[in-house]
Amino acid sequence: MWNYTEKVYEHFKNPRNVGEISSPDAVGEVGSIVCGDALKLTLKIDKATDTITDAKFKTFGCASAIASSSALTEMVKGKKLDEAAKITNQEIADFLGGLPGEKMHCSVMGMEALEAAIANYRGGKTGKVLLGHAEKMVCKCFSVTESAIQKAIKVNGLHTVEEVTNFTKAGGACGQCKGEIEKIIKDYWAEAEHKKFDSMTVVEKIKMIEKVLAEEINPKLKADGGWMELVDIQGQKVKLRFLGMCHGCPSSGATLKNVVEKELKERIDPAIEIEAE
Amino acid sequence: MDKVYYFDNNATSRVAPEVAKEMEPFFNELYGNPSSMHFFGGGNQKYLDLGRERVARLLGCEPSEIIFTSCGTESDSTALWSALRSFPEKKHIITTKVEHPAVLNVCKHLETQGYRVTYLPVDGTGQINLEDLKVALTPETALVSIMWANNETGVVYPVEEAARITHAKGALFHTDAVQAVGKLPINLKETKIDMLSLSGHKLHAPKGIGVLYVKKGTRFAPFLMGGHQEHGRRAGTENVPYIAGLGKAAELALNNLEKENTYVKDLRDRLEAGLLKIPNARVNGGGALRLPNTTNISFEYIEGESILLMISEKGICASSGSACTSGSLEPSHVLMSMAVPQTYAHGSIRFSLSVYNTQEEVDYIIKEFPPVIERLRAISPFADGKPLFGMDACDSHSHKH
Repeated sequence: MWNYTEKVYEHFKNPRNVGEISSPDAVGEVGSIVCGDALKLTLKIDKATDTITDAKFKTFGCASAIASSSALTEMVKGKKLDEAAKITNQEIADFLGGLPGEKMHCSVMGMEALEAAIANYRGGKTGKVLLGHAEKMVCKCFSVTESAIQKAIKVNGLHTVEEVTNFTKAGGACGQCKGEIEKIIKDYWAEAEHKKFDSMTVVEKIKMIEKVLAEEINPKLKADGGWMELVDIQGQKVKLRFLGMCHGCPSSGATLKNVVEKELKERIDPAIEIEAE
Repeated sequence: MDKVYYFDNNATSRVAPEVAKEMEPFFNELYGNPSSMHFFGGGNQKYLDLGRERVARLLGCEPSEIIFTSCGTESDSTALWSALRSFPEKKHIITTKVEHPAVLNVCKHLETQGYRVTYLPVDGTGQINLEDLKVALTPETALVSIMWANNETGVVYPVEEAARITHAKGALFHTDAVQAVGKLPINLKETKIDMLSLSGHKLHAPKGIGVLYVKKGTRFAPFLMGGHQEHGRRAGTENVPYIAGLGKAAELALNNLEKENTYVKDLRDRLEAGLLKIPNARVNGGGALRLPNTTNISFEYIEGESILLMISEKGICASSGSACTSGSLEPSHVLMSMAVPQTYAHGSIRFSLSVYNTQEEVDYIIKEFPPVIERLRAISPFADGKPLFGMDACDSHSHKH
């Protein structure tokens, strides 16, 4: 038996805003009968103020799918579109006092229906979450794209394939894409970790700095007949030296600030501290 | 507690009051170990003997062919591993796509250990075709394991015939009869079945006791090793109270066998007919020979967990093969194997009755069900006859087959 909160039960037993708005301003449809859950969201939008004045849903699915849909409609009513667009699946789950891990995909479905409805209103698209042709489909059983998985990883801080399956359903049927999901998780976190200069090894730090010097900084300095070299690294402190025409140049202080520091912080990690010898 | 309408006996059943009474002394004065030399422990041996005799009578076999285990799952694992260890040169197993996980997941594991497994398919009624078994059998086949009856649909499999076919090809035959025992007449002496698994809590004994029947003369390798209990076939101090309880339950089951096939079957048929009056409902496995106590009904366009939680509010206990109830993301492997239509696959409800159910209870369900179905269909985006969006957007079924 699922450990549903009282609020999930309450919204399941007495769902708010069931139905379909006649001549709606926006429609969002996600899921399918084959997937085991589907949601059709219809919105009434006040064009002058860009505000959602009414929301109704119809849902095929389990108790948490119905409760998540009900919660979603309550959350968006009265909100401006820009605010509504920021609602995450975690906020839907929080509204219900939380959802069991295996049921988080119900809250994701709510978020996706809202995204589809807003896209439908703004761009006049069909409002269905269809298989984007340019999008890479990772889980073919449940039609989950690479970007949907990356988004779930980012928003919810997921680290395992099982967690990704709980949130997006990807990998939950035939399981063939589990290896690919694992790679997406690894790549995502590798990239996220990448930015933490402090946690790199000394060799990694040296290579990163030298790379940015060679590709971004020195080509700019060369124009004025100068260049820079790396002197030392201690923790997050990077010590550099101006050479050539830059050495002793009165504007080297400004160059350090506006070019060197900016590039290194942007390309590697904002926590880096720069010092010139 | 308010009145409980318990229709989930294939999940577990209530302990018969007679069984509880039979067990009671062993939790008080009769706590001895049957292996002990002294009168006090050794005296308990006779209760093991009695339990064994009673179970043997229910199965139509010799008491010496009964091994007590902790549960049906242990019995299944023991049977599968025993066959493979007894015939180490044979690396092939045949089973069905609709087995209980206690068999299916062992087979999946064995596939990672260098064994080959053939999973026999089922047709739309949930029935296997014995011609498929004949084709699959090879000299390499160590074991064929086919359930006697399916836990989800109640479909009964022709295991006696399957055992004959298997024997003719020199392989062992095992059946998971957890759902069949006590509901179908069983006379193992007359069959070629080499091993059979039974679970106590499905026939009004408590959870935590099972049986593996091993036909005399069958090569056997124990699963649990240790002491000499059960003639060296299953180590571990005998669970005297539960064995005594299971013996009593077996005696009651034998006495109730006719009632299961008349009284319980009539209740099941009444329930089924009553619920089929709801539009867009179908029985899964209805076309095949079925257990007298089970019906699996799908309601189109709605989802099983929602139905279960709604009826749970009314005191009704049943189960569902929907994805959401199992914690997996796909509907039950049994319904998927039967190719139940997609619009029905997620909305299945299984009712499994026992001799403790009454007509009054059945009529209560027939009365309470239609408004629940109507309510959920009013919420569903598919039920209003409009075109189904996304029918093909997520076709896990066609992808799988």
